Amino acid sequence: MIYGRDEPLSDSDHLLSVLAINDVPLRQAMCVGAVEFLADLSGALFWEQERLLVVSDLHLEKGSSFATRGVLLPPYDTVATLSRLAAVVAHYDPRTVIALGDSFHDRDAHERLSEPDREALSTLQIRRDWIWIAGNHDPALPSDLGGAVASEVAIGGIVFRHEPTGTAGEIAGHLHPKARVSTRGRSMERRCFASDGARAIMPAFGAYAGGLSIRDRAFAKIFATDFIAHVLGDSRMHAIAASRCY
Amino acid sequence: MVYQGLHTLYISPLKALAVDIARNLEAPIAEMKLPIKVETRTGDTPVSRRQRQRRYPPDILLTTPEQMALLLASDDAPFLFSSLKRVVLDELHALVTSKRGDLLSLALARLWRLAPQMRTIGLSATVAEPESLARFLVPQPEDRSASADIVMAGGAAAPVVEMLDTQERLPWAGHSARHALAEVYDLIKRNKTTLVFVNTRSQAEMLFQDLWRVNDDGLAIALHHGSLDVAQRRKVEQAMTAGRLRGVVCTSSLDLGVDWGDVDLVINIGAPKGASRLMQRIGRANHRLDEASRAVLVPANRFEVLECRVAIDAVNENAQDTPPLRSGALDVLAQHVLGCACGEPFHADQLYDEVRTAAPYAALSRTDFDDVIDFVATGGYALKTYERFARIRQDKEGRWRVANPRVRQSYRLNVGTIVEEAMLKVKLVRSRHGGSGSTGTIARGGRMLGEIEEYFIEGLVAGDTFVFGGEIVRYEALVEDQVYVSRANDDSPKVPSYMGGKFPLSTYLAERVRNLLDDKRAWSALPEQVREWLSLQSYYSRVPHAREMIVESFPRADKHYLVCYPFEGRLAHQTLGMLLTRRLERMRVRPLGFVANEYALAIWMLGDASSMIRQGRLDLNALFDPDMLGDDLEAWLAESALMKRTFRNCAIISGLIARRFTGEEKSRRQVLFSTDLVYDVLRKHQPDHVLLRAARADAATGLLDLRRLSDMLTRIQGRITHKPLDHISPLAVPVMLEIGREAVYGEASDELLAEAAEDLVKEAMGR
Repeated sequence: MIYGRDEPLSDSDHLLSVLAINDVPLRQAMCVGAVEFLADLSGALFWEQERLLVVSDLHLEKGSSFATRGVLLPPYDTVATLSRLAAVVAHYDPRTVIALGDSFHDRDAHERLSEPDREALSTLQIRRDWIWIAGNHDPALPSDLGGAVASEVAIGGIVFRHEPTGTAGEIAGHLHPKARVSTRGRSMERRCFASDGARAIMPAFGAYAGGLSIRDRAFAKIFATDFIAHVLGDSRMHAIAASRCY
Repeated sequence: MVYQGLHTLYISPLKALAVDIARNLEAPIAEMKLPIKVETRTGDTPVSRRQRQRRYPPDILLTTPEQMALLLASDDAPFLFSSLKRVVLDELHALVTSKRGDLLSLALARLWRLAPQMRTIGLSATVAEPESLARFLVPQPEDRSASADIVMAGGAAAPVVEMLDTQERLPWAGHSARHALAEVYDLIKRNKTTLVFVNTRSQAEMLFQDLWRVNDDGLAIALHHGSLDVAQRRKVEQAMTAGRLRGVVCTSSLDLGVDWGDVDLVINIGAPKGASRLMQRIGRANHRLDEASRAVLVPANRFEVLECRVAIDAVNENAQDTPPLRSGALDVLAQHVLGCACGEPFHADQLYDEVRTAAPYAALSRTDFDDVIDFVATGGYALKTYERFARIRQDKEGRWRVANPRVRQSYRLNVGTIVEEAMLKVKLVRSRHGGSGSTGTIARGGRMLGEIEEYFIEGLVAGDTFVFGGEIVRYEALVEDQVYVSRANDDSPKVPSYMGGKFPLSTYLAERVRNLLDDKRAWSALPEQVREWLSLQSYYSRVPHAREMIVESFPRADKHYLVCYPFEGRLAHQTLGMLLTRRLERMRVRPLGFVANEYALAIWMLGDASSMIRQGRLDLNALFDPDMLGDDLEAWLAESALMKRTFRNCAIISGLIARRFTGEEKSRRQVLFSTDLVYDVLRKHQPDHVLLRAARADAATGLLDLRRLSDMLTRIQGRITHKPLDHISPLAVPVMLEIGREAVYGEASDELLAEAAEDLVKEAMGR
């Protein structure tokens, strides 16, 4: 805990802030090309000028997907994910929402949506454009989910697609970046945005979506140089150099 | 001879013990040419023999609780066990205090039904309450409690236990006992074969290294602990039985039952932790009834001197302190229910009655039982969405059976209650740093050193050095489930891996230590250095009375300290520390951190606690009020890593998630979801789910030791004495030395520790 601040920090936020270049409450500026985005503590990304909100890798119905194979995980992941999404949509009131792929955990997942969850999803889509980007888990989505389906979208020089290719101006998901840090004999891992200023990879938003360490080879293929992890703390966002994670 | 079928079952906690006993039985049977067939059945028994055993059972079968569960979860169980005449449960105390005991009790309940004529016999050399164990051995009737007869075997020679009367200066803190190295070596030299027990793997590593450093006579001294490679362990055990070793440094991996030949001395380094635990270890020396076992206790610091003193008194009085019988865990019950469904179909009513004949489950409520059935069937969720994925289903007569063969297979692969820490293989490779001809990549191949806990490796960065397999190694990389390390040339490891051992100081010994402190006349039995230390404490501050808790407050550098002495073990103190800092934060005392050891807890802060207490702005009785176990605890549990680990264990034991999928261990990278995420979601959406209830019940006794904390808070209510001081007290020196030890000093830097101690001691003695 650090004091001399207005609010007390959680242990985790304190640990992260020790390593951070800067840390701020709730949301942090993150540039991709000439555009300044806000990386939100929820794991969503907001583009103020376009009133565009992006979330990635919701993995809805992952719980029931395991259940079909006999692993009866608690069936509350979809409602948990959607209620967090509802909160962030309510806060930013975006004109457009992009779900950046792997919104559903498997091809049949949308059929397993419960009626209340389906309604909650429709409510979120009222009075705004909704774009489903196809992902490897959900390559084909039916039209009755509402919104448009696309393999990628380009807006003002920024390309939104599911799997990162490493080109400049790209915002992608797929890899579920998480940062693992260790100081003072304690180690912890948290979801994060990964960005080098020219491109960015979004954290997974889904309640049951795990993570991949940003020191994994997969990230080195996307980022040629050191990059920044915008780490989701308890109440703050922490910008930490990827080279300080492991 | 007429074929009789299986008539005797022998169940022990260790494979090795079953094999050992089989050997001891076979010799006389062969000599007397008796027509008795003895066989063992463990995880190592080949599949062909296991299948044969089902069809043509031996007369006597020696096995483990897990194998018992597997045998019962099949259609042939009635055939196999109906002829049974007796069951012998060896080292019963070691089984009943864990979830393995719960599993065993449920297997017994089943056996009582299959073989009503059967008699159950329990064996134990160290039991605190034989009466409660006696309940374990007989079916519990619905309306009262039933017990087996108790037979006390007398006549064993009393052990001779001494504390090492060191000529060296006794350390203030630390656990290495390095000060007494020469004396320990000398003891090994003067005896034929010595077992040197330590509490943790890393202590074993460290001591082994140190002993070899001073081993001028080239004595055959070996190392034995649970994470060494099996082949290496077997080698040590063989050398030991053959009498080729002079000394073995070991952990609890050697402290149960098995007879390792002619040991004439046991040395216990560090805290004995519990009287019964110590007696088990002492019993390793001279495994003969008529000769006294000899043991020497070597305390590693001053507090441990007190603990050793009271432990010796307890041994002399033959006082035991094994924990009381547990009440049966719900996750184990879930595993058993699935096992039952793998055998003959069952009626819920009948199984409920059967289960309650097992002593740990005698008080099981029907609601809990039904919740467990519901959990096994469809996950037990309020949101009923998994009906079609059910793992067990009811037939037309209402009997439960497994829904498909896949469920049966997954049960077989996941049976048992021992959840191993996630372990990684440690492989010695050539360093990529330095050396000639470095290619920049790590060499493939390399020698396997053993296994290490994953959470330990997670705290390391490449280049960190630590002790493993008797040498100092450098962490190079993590590749799949293998940790690559290289040989390091450092003198001392950078990262200490002392985890304080699995077991906290027993409640019984803790109470005896408090009584010893309270009884000044008894101090005469303590070494002079310790007497002096306590006298100074009573001069500068206060030595706590048996029933009070003292809280000292003093300034130091630019911070303020609160030190209290609950003597309740490190686990309970850690939990207390977490809760107190939350509370102090709300009281605006601005806490910065805390550190706990087995005896004390120190919290440091920016606020001046002494003057706040004086002015009535900080009330110690309110601070230590047991109500901290309410909301504060709940808030902390939400994010506690210990609680998440507890939950994971319950999820695995209950069968929610599999240890293994279809036979092969999932590699780390393939693990598709984390139980931490499941915990977060379940806690929010169904906080009373049966698995969360199971995890909370575990937290009462396990890593969080909540029950002990709660008992302590109740005990000290209205009995807190505050001592405001100008500087640190003598009693506070040990815990203060723990501050930053992990990060700064490390177990290896005794010189630094001694230096720091000097400074603190000078300060404590008024400069």
